[in-house]
Amino acid sequence: MLMTISLLMENKPGALMRVTGLLSQRGYNIESLTVGRTLDPTLSRMTICVDVEPRLRPLLIKQMNRLVNVLQAHDLTEAPAVIREMVLLRIRVSLENRTAILKEAEIFGARVVDSSVDGFALEASGDPEKLEEFVAVMQTYGDIEVTRSGLVAVSLEPRKLKLAPPIPKGHSESEPVHTR
Amino acid sequence: MAQTMSGARILMECLQREGVEVIFGYPGGVTLPLYDAMYEGQIRHILVRHEENACFMASGYARSTGKVGVACATSGPGATNLTTGLVDCMMDSIPVVALTGQVSSKLIGSDAFQEADTFGITRSATKHNYLVKDIKELASVIHEAFYIASTGRPGPVLVDITKDVLQGQAHYTPVHAIHLPGYKLVTEGHAGQIRRAAQMMWEASRPYVYAGGGIISSGAHEELRELVETLDAPAVLTLMGLGALPADHPNFISMPGMHGSYAANMGMYECDLLIALGVRFDDRVTGRLASFAPHAKVIHVDIDPAEIGKNRAADLPIVGDAKKVLGRLVKALKESAPEMRGLREKERREWWDQIRAWKEEHPLKPVFSVDEIKPQHLMVELDRLCNGNAIVSVDVGQHQMWAAQFIRFNKPRTWLSSSGLGSMGFGLPAAIGAQVAHPEALVVALVGDGGFQMSIPESSTIANQGLPVKTIIMNNGYLGMVRQWQDLFYQNRLSAVQIEAFPNIEKLADAYGIKGRIVEKPSELRSALEDAFRHPGPVLVDVRVSPFENVYPMVPAGAAINEMVLAPPKPVEVPA
Repeated sequence: MLMTISLLMENKPGALMRVTGLLSQRGYNIESLTVGRTLDPTLSRMTICVDVEPRLRPLLIKQMNRLVNVLQAHDLTEAPAVIREMVLLRIRVSLENRTAILKEAEIFGARVVDSSVDGFALEASGDPEKLEEFVAVMQTYGDIEVTRSGLVAVSLEPRKLKLAPPIPKGHSESEPVHTR
Repeated sequence: MAQTMSGARILMECLQREGVEVIFGYPGGVTLPLYDAMYEGQIRHILVRHEENACFMASGYARSTGKVGVACATSGPGATNLTTGLVDCMMDSIPVVALTGQVSSKLIGSDAFQEADTFGITRSATKHNYLVKDIKELASVIHEAFYIASTGRPGPVLVDITKDVLQGQAHYTPVHAIHLPGYKLVTEGHAGQIRRAAQMMWEASRPYVYAGGGIISSGAHEELRELVETLDAPAVLTLMGLGALPADHPNFISMPGMHGSYAANMGMYECDLLIALGVRFDDRVTGRLASFAPHAKVIHVDIDPAEIGKNRAADLPIVGDAKKVLGRLVKALKESAPEMRGLREKERREWWDQIRAWKEEHPLKPVFSVDEIKPQHLMVELDRLCNGNAIVSVDVGQHQMWAAQFIRFNKPRTWLSSSGLGSMGFGLPAAIGAQVAHPEALVVALVGDGGFQMSIPESSTIANQGLPVKTIIMNNGYLGMVRQWQDLFYQNRLSAVQIEAFPNIEKLADAYGIKGRIVEKPSELRSALEDAFRHPGPVLVDVRVSPFENVYPMVPAGAAINEMVLAPPKPVEVPA
């Protein structure tokens, strides 16, 4: 079953590898993954869509939270959230179909981003399921080429971000050392 | 005023500030600047014979002291050789910092000589890892590495440092604080949960304490003893937990699991409250999960939230450091109302009667023979000589299980075992690490004839460093545990398990310039071991034991924990 994870992490080399490694070492297939900077340039927000057995979802979230670079990982699969995706679609089209395609595009709220004698390039964004339909409809008109952005999600629940405070150096001296 | 220093010197400075006493390592091309900085000798360096063993030694040092062990290797093969040791530390939650050299930043990705993607390779082998390409980051990374390795659930951290960072010059100012915003530690334990746990403990008719490595890494052995005594509950210790409660303690049953005792496993099966402390419900302990402790509610205390509910759902989880949580639990138990404490007196008495009956029914009984040395006989003799006070480092296989069954450990950090990963070749180097940390202690490397040959080169390190490690080889001529499984589950079709051409240990020891002895007769065993233990220097003892002895009891893989095979299915043939 597809699981949607929203993850806030430090924008550091290797951070992405740790997250994807956690998934790949368990043999999970990543359906989509998007990552971008947040308002704070030292942090990135990642949305992952991955096929996971439902009973293993909480464990996976805990294991992601355990990663040192991860500030917060959430399971948005069943939580209130807005989930969107963008599709860029090129379609080759005969002259007689051009108007029909533009009509269909309008129904799905897609925009024409390029138009040539061969056909169109369309941009659509929205609910991933709706986009599936859009792609299916377009396919009936001719050869298409599709690039999907992968899911981006935002949680609708207020979530407090708890961060570990800076650790003063000299910790090792203050921590008790357990000897025999 | 900040002074300019080379990266290698900055690294050494940071290691000293972290209180590092010893580095187990092997030099190479890109670590030349580091070894040059070590030349002044502020930190002791033990030159190993193979990098894998450097990590095992750092692990033995860490396991026997609780301090962070440090291993060092060069780029490429040096780093890849460390990897088994890192995974071993990962599985057993052992604090080790591994330092590896990397080719110069400009050369990374060019398939340079001795280049390997150490950062990528060790991603899943470590709790966290770093690639340092900027000298300005070096000092804080080193301190972060030690902090991450030693706090929370301990584990290995690798720092891969490029040669240009080691060689470069920078202003060095001591690091005053490190920032790890995503590294959140929960140590205190939820007060309400602790109160509820205490209540559940008094309400239980058949409480059972199942404690493990978390007790030892948190130093909670005293708190564990108090808890067990306050509650007067029977307690079992996992392979990682041996020594967390004195083996002589009246409440201690034994180790549970695949080769645990009958009483320990029956107790697990029949208890109505399982008090799981710093354990991870490993498959070697639980057997078939669906029938593990089927009548029990579970209280699970662990510092790692990801362990809670991983294998067995917890009815009452407490995330926190075992020492703090157990301390508070004991307090809560003691402060409970007297009528609460006496709630299940009768049932508790019956529970203890039952456990004693199980113990008497099928005790862990050593086997002896006058014709040949039985492996169990060796363990009994070692137990007598160590008397709960030596540090015993074992390898992996049959000898490890017999040692866990028959050697008593009365103190934490005296039993060193590669438990989670089960890496052969661990015993001898880990013993070296422990002996380096405790020069005066009696340190025994108890290994099989298979595992010993994986770490033979470190005999040279022992000789070289003059470490008085007592290496006892339980030599049955086979890879015994694999042979046992072939015997029991593959119609005794013994495939690639016989180790022939085992070297003559007396000659081998002589070649290294240390004392060696072969023991074949049961009558000679005791005096041979006594001689070895009395000898002030290192010793290699080859103890020839019966080849076809199997470890029992045994919970076959996939069986429930109460479905133990208690003895060989057919009588063992006794030579006429």
